[in-house]
Amino acid sequence: MYGVEVNKLSKRFGTRRVLEDVSFSLSVGDSLAVVGKNGSGKTTLLKILAGLAAPTRGTVTFSNEKQKLDRAEVRQCLSYVGPELTLYDFLTAAENLTFFAAMRGTSVDTAWVETMLAALQLGGRGGDFYGAYSSGMKQRLKYAVALLNDPVYLLLDEPTANLDDEGKKIVAEIIARQKKNGIVIVATNEAGEYGFADKLIRLGN
Amino acid sequence: MWWKAILFLLMAWVIAAAFILPAPQQGIGEASRIFYFHVPQAWVAAVAFVVSMIASIRYLRKGDLLDDDRARAAAELGFLFCVLATITGSIFAKVTWQSFWNWDPRETSIFILLLIYGAYFALRSAVDGAEKKARLAAVYSIFAFVTVPFLMFIMPRVLPSLHPSDSVVGSSGEFAMSASTAAVFFPSLIAFTVLFFWIYSIGVRIYRSQRKRMEEQES
Amino acid sequence: MKRGSTVLPTSSSGLATKSLAVLRKDILSEFRTRYAINAILLFGVTTLTVVSFSVGQLGLPADVYAALFWIIIFFSAMSGLAQVFVKEEESRTAIVLRLTSDPTAIYLGKLVFNFLLLALLELVITPLFFVLTDARMANVGLFLIVLLVGSLGLAGASTLIAAIISKASIKGALFAVLSFPILLPLLIGAIAGTRKALGVTESPFSAAAPELQLLISYAVVMITASLLLFEFVWEE
Repeated sequence: MYGVEVNKLSKRFGTRRVLEDVSFSLSVGDSLAVVGKNGSGKTTLLKILAGLAAPTRGTVTFSNEKQKLDRAEVRQCLSYVGPELTLYDFLTAAENLTFFAAMRGTSVDTAWVETMLAALQLGGRGGDFYGAYSSGMKQRLKYAVALLNDPVYLLLDEPTANLDDEGKKIVAEIIARQKKNGIVIVATNEAGEYGFADKLIRLGN
Repeated sequence: MWWKAILFLLMAWVIAAAFILPAPQQGIGEASRIFYFHVPQAWVAAVAFVVSMIASIRYLRKGDLLDDDRARAAAELGFLFCVLATITGSIFAKVTWQSFWNWDPRETSIFILLLIYGAYFALRSAVDGAEKKARLAAVYSIFAFVTVPFLMFIMPRVLPSLHPSDSVVGSSGEFAMSASTAAVFFPSLIAFTVLFFWIYSIGVRIYRSQRKRMEEQES
Repeated sequence: MKRGSTVLPTSSSGLATKSLAVLRKDILSEFRTRYAINAILLFGVTTLTVVSFSVGQLGLPADVYAALFWIIIFFSAMSGLAQVFVKEEESRTAIVLRLTSDPTAIYLGKLVFNFLLLALLELVITPLFFVLTDARMANVGLFLIVLLVGSLGLAGASTLIAAIISKASIKGALFAVLSFPILLPLLIGAIAGTRKALGVTESPFSAAAPELQLLISYAVVMITASLLLFEFVWEE
């Protein structure tokens, strides 16, 4: 059983304390909502979990039933979607998808890419440059990239930012499915978004 | 501290004897007395480079910022001794070969060492964040060290040497130094090495306490 | 939306495939934006023009032409090879690359990209150099081998330096400053090898054997060291 254990995580930027002794532990089937005001450290917590930033103190341990996972193993089964992420502006949506599929160790054909894009309601727009996409379409394509590796750990930072109602519905489906097969952690300050979660952490103060 | 007293006596002996005893190389004359200071300085510059590289490897393996303090302190001292060796060598070159700089293999290698140290400090000042600075500087220092064997291999082949080498080791590799020269040279080598490690340990302590104070201010 | 059965799941295997994917992606975006190609080619042609105007027709010895040739290559390389990583950091695409990709594949892909960029530069500069200066070629084969192996070492070492400076807050002059001491043995060897290709007519290959040994071992050692060190530079 895959799980993640966070133990007394603290992060400071200079003299500013962003996270102070955050601890929790999750296993497959769990969903966690991280809530708090702007600047309370939600994004920082997710970035530390994703390995994009180092904590000042404390540890994050990913493991399966047998052993602790090393960095490369975590990378294979973790995905992250957030506003700080950018795909390649000068590649088309289809080229972006094909590239990241290759980096995930899979090769995909054009039919598969079309199916994926259609599922995210980007059908017929696969030949457009990512840079020419609207922010909502960019957000959808980021989900497509995040799902390429069938992640066990799915980290979502403000998952519905820039999305219309249709997009929000798609995200809700993704979260619901992820809850069954893996672990989902969502950072948000929109009350409507953490109803799904069975655990909740409030950051700040 | 007993070893500080011994260091004092050794240094005093080296300084006095370097000027009183006969010059080490009669062919070159009085100017060759600089050998007693120049060679140990160049030696310390090289030792510091190795110490810095070992500390860098340890930092990458363990992630302890104390090793970064060590790498930085060794590099700074290495740079200082490198400059001293360059100046003393240059003066000697002016006296014996009528020119401050000749691009002789050893002049070239010490010049490259100066460039590497310079680049190392330039990199350190261009990176924000203690961990990131430590990591990138450590990688650069190891990467630079890897090129040293190439320099040792290529220098003598492409550049003709003027450097006096027979004063320490003869052409066939046998030990060729008069007793009076050895009596000054080896104490000097030891004294400079001990001096280096003494200043180095003070440097490490300074950087560590600076870092600790920063951390306390933050918490 | 989950990965369908049309997809063959492979895990950490396929390093070559992944490296080629990185290379292909970089070539695609490079041909659409031309950041690096423009910089490196314009710099190369400009420097070559200055050289040609000032000393090109003086009938200088082979040593001087060999040195001038590599000075042009070195500084042109310094103007463009850092782009592979600087562009990823500046357009903030490095984050998603870090999340999804094997560091070794990224280094290898970028290394080959930089090598091809250098090869393109040399393809343009070399014929022009011999047209615009009085340099004479004694042995084309040796010249090309020195150029090939020299470029491999140059790309190998500077790709890691490019990754280092992409993390620094001041990038401009830092690339050349950090690269020069590292590349010096390579430059000395390549200049000496090129001199023999330009000047030695009798059995130039055996005459240039030490230089070729140096260039080959430099490329192998620096690429191996880069592979070991790259992860420390790349990961946050």
